[in-house]
Amino acid sequence: MSQGDITFAGPPGARAAATLGLLRSELGLTFRRLRTLVLLGVLAAVPVLIGVVVRIETGDGSPAGGPGAAGGGGPAFMAQISNNGLFLVFTALAATLPFFLPLTVGVVAGDAVAGEASAGTLRYLLVAPVGRTRLLLVKYASTLAFCLAATLTVAVSGLVTGALLFPAGELTTISGTTIEYSEGLWRALLIALAVAASLAGFAALGLFVSTLTNSGIAAMAGAVGLLVTVQILNTIPQLDAVHPYLFSYHWLSFADLMREPVLWDNLYANLRLQGFYALLFGSAAWARFAGRDISA
Amino acid sequence: MDDAAVETRGLTKRFRGGQLAVDHLDLAVPAGAVFGFLGPNGSGKTTTIRMLMGLIEPTSGTAHVLGRRMPRAARTVLPHVGALIEGPAPYGFRTGRDNLLRYDAADPTADPRTRAARVDAALERVGLGAAAGKKAKAYSLGMKQRLGLAAALLRPRRLLVLDEPTNGLDPQGMREIRALIRELAQDGSTVFLSSHLLDEIEQVCTHAAVMARGRLVVQGPVAELAARAQGRIAVTTPDPGDAARVLKEYGVTDLTVAEDRVTGEPPPGDRDPAELTAALVHAGVRVRAFGLERGTLEDAFVALTGEGFDVTG
Ligand SMILES: Nc1ncnc2c1ncn2[C@@H]1O[C@H](COP(=O)(O)OP(=O)(O)O)[C@@H](O)[C@H]1O
Ligand SMILES: [Mg+2]
Repeated sequence: MSQGDITFAGPPGARAAATLGLLRSELGLTFRRLRTLVLLGVLAAVPVLIGVVVRIETGDGSPAGGPGAAGGGGPAFMAQISNNGLFLVFTALAATLPFFLPLTVGVVAGDAVAGEASAGTLRYLLVAPVGRTRLLLVKYASTLAFCLAATLTVAVSGLVTGALLFPAGELTTISGTTIEYSEGLWRALLIALAVAASLAGFAALGLFVSTLTNSGIAAMAGAVGLLVTVQILNTIPQLDAVHPYLFSYHWLSFADLMREPVLWDNLYANLRLQGFYALLFGSAAWARFAGRDISA
Repeated sequence: MDDAAVETRGLTKRFRGGQLAVDHLDLAVPAGAVFGFLGPNGSGKTTTIRMLMGLIEPTSGTAHVLGRRMPRAARTVLPHVGALIEGPAPYGFRTGRDNLLRYDAADPTADPRTRAARVDAALERVGLGAAAGKKAKAYSLGMKQRLGLAAALLRPRRLLVLDEPTNGLDPQGMREIRALIRELAQDGSTVFLSSHLLDEIEQVCTHAAVMARGRLVVQGPVAELAARAQGRIAVTTPDPGDAARVLKEYGVTDLTVAEDRVTGEPPPGDRDPAELTAALVHAGVRVRAFGLERGTLEDAFVALTGEGFDVTG
């Protein structure tokens, strides 16, 4: 066959630059959408709600519970909020991570490909031609960006609410030691990043589900259904043997960033687990999407 | 193959349900043609176009677009192709301009530096300049079709594939879109226009292929196709009765008489119509007008398929 005169001479790196342009377009599509803003708004309300409730409960100014009480995640943080507003960040993340936060990720990831298919825009992207692998990568990248944005929304809302309603200053780690407020802020940022990374595996799973159907709603429901199922399995003691393989197994490891010194083992284990999920379901999504008939 | 903008060999698509949507299709679209892809609804036009654009995999057979095998060469071929497939599909919550910016950003070979200018030019070209800042969900169907066309025109294209671009439009909208298609063809693009409207193909196209139930019925230059439909002899006369009798004697069949007009199928063989006029005059029939009516594509379709071109759904 003749090679014809179809040639594309672009400067080196032009394709990478073009993919960044597509990513920017994808981010615009995700974040300038009303649905996304509503999801983020709901997430932002959670720390405010917790803060107000704690403030009312401890209205007389007496601290609720001693510092560095029991180990573990949420409850220990919760008890410290009235001592230090920064703990509202940790509490809010611990409260939203098991369900609310991944729920919003399930909506965004589930809709990523299936939503374009049901709107018919997918066929126009493909004839542009966007490239199926490239589209999938950009969709995953923007879903991860949403994970980060969602987590930061909770964190920032918690930080601001905490600063407005409660005292600031030195804080006590889970290990019982004291750290500066500025050090606490760093830890808060690290925790937010750890939480965002915790969602990477489920985001890949949601994207895979999204390649299975031409209905955005079905894909969102499917992803959220999987989340609920996994979180229920997680509570069944008889399934102990399975738990380490569930994407949420290490989710509360972020609390280890509030130890002194930081216990990294579980944090790394979480990153490995998320990376494993991202690879597994990223590949599955690719395998499914690359050769699929697009007849929507 | 170099001269064919689109060429398929034995192209077949059987859907998972067992539905044979396209059945051993051999298409040849000459470069530079305005190629009408004609067929009633459900005859396999969109399925064929999806295979040409690499959206679905053929069950068997091959498709070459601009000389390259699809879907394998999608990445190199499709930047040269503008397509409107089964109706427009804009992002409703984004403006018309945002829609085009996104579709252009999706093409890795499109130059981002000229993007804004090309988007505005495409919008102007289809007459959407004034509505560019409106959300696409507020567009009428006609405006959405235009937006789809604008997306196909973001870059100079060697091939435009337009799947029923006038579907759902009012007559005025249809005229405007057809005028635009003619313009585009004059600019040198090959146009592959699918339609279930015979007159649309006749008005716009140089070449045509006719599909029925997934099969190719015929293809070729429109003029040739129309010529295949035999023209009818038409005589205008104050003596229709006598005229009909004389014509019948000379082998004209399927005679119909309507007031002062007598029409019929010419006799088989290569008889010169002049013999008929001589015979009429000789028999004392007063003839006001005598002519051979040109066949239409519709006659050709009816003759070829033995069925009417009735469109359902
Ligand atoms: N995704 C699909 N799955 C099963 N059958 C399909 C699918 N798409 C189209 N068909 C069937 O294939 C036939 C041809 O459809 P289509 O190509 O859309 O025709 P046209 O565009 O000429 O109206 C129809 O009978 C239609 O029902
Ligand atoms: Mg169709």
